[in-house]
Amino acid sequence: MSIAFELNGRPVDLDLPDDTPLLWALRDHLGLTGTKFGCGIGMCGACTVHLNGRAIRACLTPLSAVARNRVATIEGLQDHPVQKAWIEAQTPQCGYCQSGQIMQAVSILEANPDASDADIDAGMTGNLCRCMAYIRIRKAIRLAALEMKRTRSAGNANG
Amino acid sequence: MASLSRRGFLITSAATGVTLAFTGASEALAHTSAGAGKTFEPDIWYRIDGSGTVTVCIAEAEMGQHVGTALARILAEELEATWASVRVEYVDTHPKWGTLLTGGSWSVWSNFDLLSRAGAAGRLTLIDAGAKLLGVPASSCRARDSVVRSGKKSITYAEIVQRGDLSRRYSPEELKHLVLKKPAERRLIGRETRALDIPQKVDGSARYGIDARVEGMLYARAIMPPTRFGSRALSIDDSAARDIPGYAGIRTLEDPSGTAPGWVIAYGDSFATLNKVVSSIRVEWSKGAAADVTEQDLLDRAEQLIRTSDAGSLMRADEGVDEAFASAARTLESTYLTHSVLHFQLEPVNALAFEKDGTWEIHTGSQWQSLILPTLAKALGVPEEKVVMRTYALGGGFGRRLYGDYAVLAALAAKAIGKPVKFQCTREDDAQLDCFRSPSVQRMRMAFDATGRITGMEQHAAAGWPTQAMAPSALSPGLNGQPFDQFSINGADHWYDTGKHRVRAISNDLAMRSFVPGWLRSVGPGWTNWALESFMDEAAHSVAKDPLALRLELLKPTGRNAGTSPNSVGGASRQANVLKRAAARSGWGKPLPSDTGRGIATTFGQEREMPTWTACVAQVRVDRQTGVVKVEKITMVVDAGIIVHPDGARAQIEGATLWGLSMALHEGTEFHHGQVRDTNLNTYTPLRLADVPDLDIELIESPHTAVGLGEPSTTVVAPAIGNAIFAAIGVRVRTLPIRPEAITALLRA
Repeated sequence: MSIAFELNGRPVDLDLPDDTPLLWALRDHLGLTGTKFGCGIGMCGACTVHLNGRAIRACLTPLSAVARNRVATIEGLQDHPVQKAWIEAQTPQCGYCQSGQIMQAVSILEANPDASDADIDAGMTGNLCRCMAYIRIRKAIRLAALEMKRTRSAGNANG
Repeated sequence: MASLSRRGFLITSAATGVTLAFTGASEALAHTSAGAGKTFEPDIWYRIDGSGTVTVCIAEAEMGQHVGTALARILAEELEATWASVRVEYVDTHPKWGTLLTGGSWSVWSNFDLLSRAGAAGRLTLIDAGAKLLGVPASSCRARDSVVRSGKKSITYAEIVQRGDLSRRYSPEELKHLVLKKPAERRLIGRETRALDIPQKVDGSARYGIDARVEGMLYARAIMPPTRFGSRALSIDDSAARDIPGYAGIRTLEDPSGTAPGWVIAYGDSFATLNKVVSSIRVEWSKGAAADVTEQDLLDRAEQLIRTSDAGSLMRADEGVDEAFASAARTLESTYLTHSVLHFQLEPVNALAFEKDGTWEIHTGSQWQSLILPTLAKALGVPEEKVVMRTYALGGGFGRRLYGDYAVLAALAAKAIGKPVKFQCTREDDAQLDCFRSPSVQRMRMAFDATGRITGMEQHAAAGWPTQAMAPSALSPGLNGQPFDQFSINGADHWYDTGKHRVRAISNDLAMRSFVPGWLRSVGPGWTNWALESFMDEAAHSVAKDPLALRLELLKPTGRNAGTSPNSVGGASRQANVLKRAAARSGWGKPLPSDTGRGIATTFGQEREMPTWTACVAQVRVDRQTGVVKVEKITMVVDAGIIVHPDGARAQIEGATLWGLSMALHEGTEFHHGQVRDTNLNTYTPLRLADVPDLDIELIESPHTAVGLGEPSTTVVAPAIGNAIFAAIGVRVRTLPIRPEAITALLRA
């Protein structure tokens, strides 16, 4: 059946069973392979994408749940402060989990740029990094939070 | 012995399998890029195009260690190339690359000299050609930042490549005699830089094996058999699958290579379809013998083998060990266990296989292409030159992708159905297919004289041997004539002077029959150091000495522990040095609150022939009621010789240290009737962000040979934690992983 939603700002229309996991629709049918498959039970976070701005696990999300909604993937980010911080901190090792880590971090900081260290730990602990690049994940999120706060206050001052 | 070791074998073949003679520009025309004109390809390892871009060919797998960056820096250093002009290219399995293997923390160590000389030869050729173009003697020129200068005259590498005569050839003998830069002259090695592979890993564009696809491919999964060996499908019922749109059939594999004979493969037009298909298929199996085997059986068999005095192979057999124990004033004996551990690399194993113009293409991430290519050829019934493996980033290696069984499954699945096939494991399939780390048992013994001096030591280790399972020709001969897997016993041949020393390695035959034991980050030192470094702590307490002081007493650079040039210059004194540094940084000896303690442990890394001097102090607090161990801080000091890419080196140490912590407290599974008990994150629980303690890392500045960094820090964390637990609450843990219930049980005992 036909399922329509918005993906990274563009309309898409898929003719797939509505129980197809969003992850496989993205990867196998839409060619967006930046979102990764790790565990299939929502516990590693490699498949994290945004549904209406909130982080979700694409492996557990059926297409029926995204119909007429907004989906954003790593490919939809353009030089986001979180991505820049990830490079600044030289965070990724193998990199396989990093799209998910970044999408998770973006959703945390966009919801709350003043996220405390405890908020960050709590918000990121569902994302497994098997290379255990955690020190730099934490560092990058703190860097990004500072930058996002700086641009926000600059914006306020100007506006 | 080294010449017969796997590494010796590899290095020899790498040295002879490649041609370093310069081929000149003509052969390089095939690589000419549009508009760039001529290309200078001094040897197989790099080329420079007419725009000055240097492309370095990387034969190692990129799996998070930023290996391309480190190797390209080594080459660019001697080439005097501008770093911004350097890019890397990961190679396929053409025979010209020699042995393709990424493991053992060897990449920088084994390539440093080769790439340095390749770069130096290129620089000299460019200087010669540049001097001619400038009309000056070559002796008046020097190269820097991709420019050849003589006085006020200069010419860029790009221009030399376009206009110069670059036909100069260097023989292997001439290469050997090139004078390399002195450490003080280095401009890239040891300086901070950003890893070349990182930008693609933050925008989602990096391509892993799982992202490979080809027109018309089917997806395939194995219906996982109840045992790795000897299972046979008696009946297959796919009647329910036939109602699922996209179901594309089922096949039973014939496998002349013996990797997966009789395995059952289901096909579908998408992975989502396939997952429905597989859960609807019913297979009745006749099970292999491992269906009756449990973790306890494996440990029991290991203990039994250790009690059998003539079992196994001797790695060390000093004269007089028995006499030392017979005449001892006192002896100490302990048994240490480690349980099974999964690789759990985050990208479940997969491979795309198809035949194109008579050649089989295998698209996948691999750490040891050279090991699996002959097996692939045998499985497919084609000559080896008719199989090529295409290279992708690895979503984690950790030793899992040293074994390419998943590539064989993909190839056979494609052959069986006559179409391109993407073989893809689910996470659960991946865990069941994993060549996990074998459980191990070790018996440690020590003899003391009346003054408390150590006069003899024994270490007996029994485990499943990865090298015997997957690369038996690389076993080493033991001192008693029996072959042994050096990767399963390395670490026991330590640099302490503990008197007469005997080290015995035993292959656990029941493990070998029941599953494929794998090489997992550090391999044997993951268990040998657990026993050795915990036991050194026991020894220190038994003679009422400080565990640091005892180690320093025993680490003397004399006799076999003096060290040799170039790899282990300084010997045991460098291990003593990292211990002292770690102790100083961690506040060793300073008072701590109750139930809190520090523990120390050290290792020389992977092998005596390539020591990475490593020391760790863990500070833990133990909750006596719950048995929960909280690691507050880990201090890690590493002397790995010359550090090529300092930030990348620190990243490897951070990751390896947290791996060590994860395996000590958070991971571990059990073999249970033919399968591992834990197959996904609902029950297998690696370290998460919230569990990360403070890390304090120091890299020793050193002018010595660059060695390896990916593994060594992994193995010292568990014994440091075990020793810290003893310091905190006075109980000795001897089993990995360390579970809270084990702590409370020890406290009650």
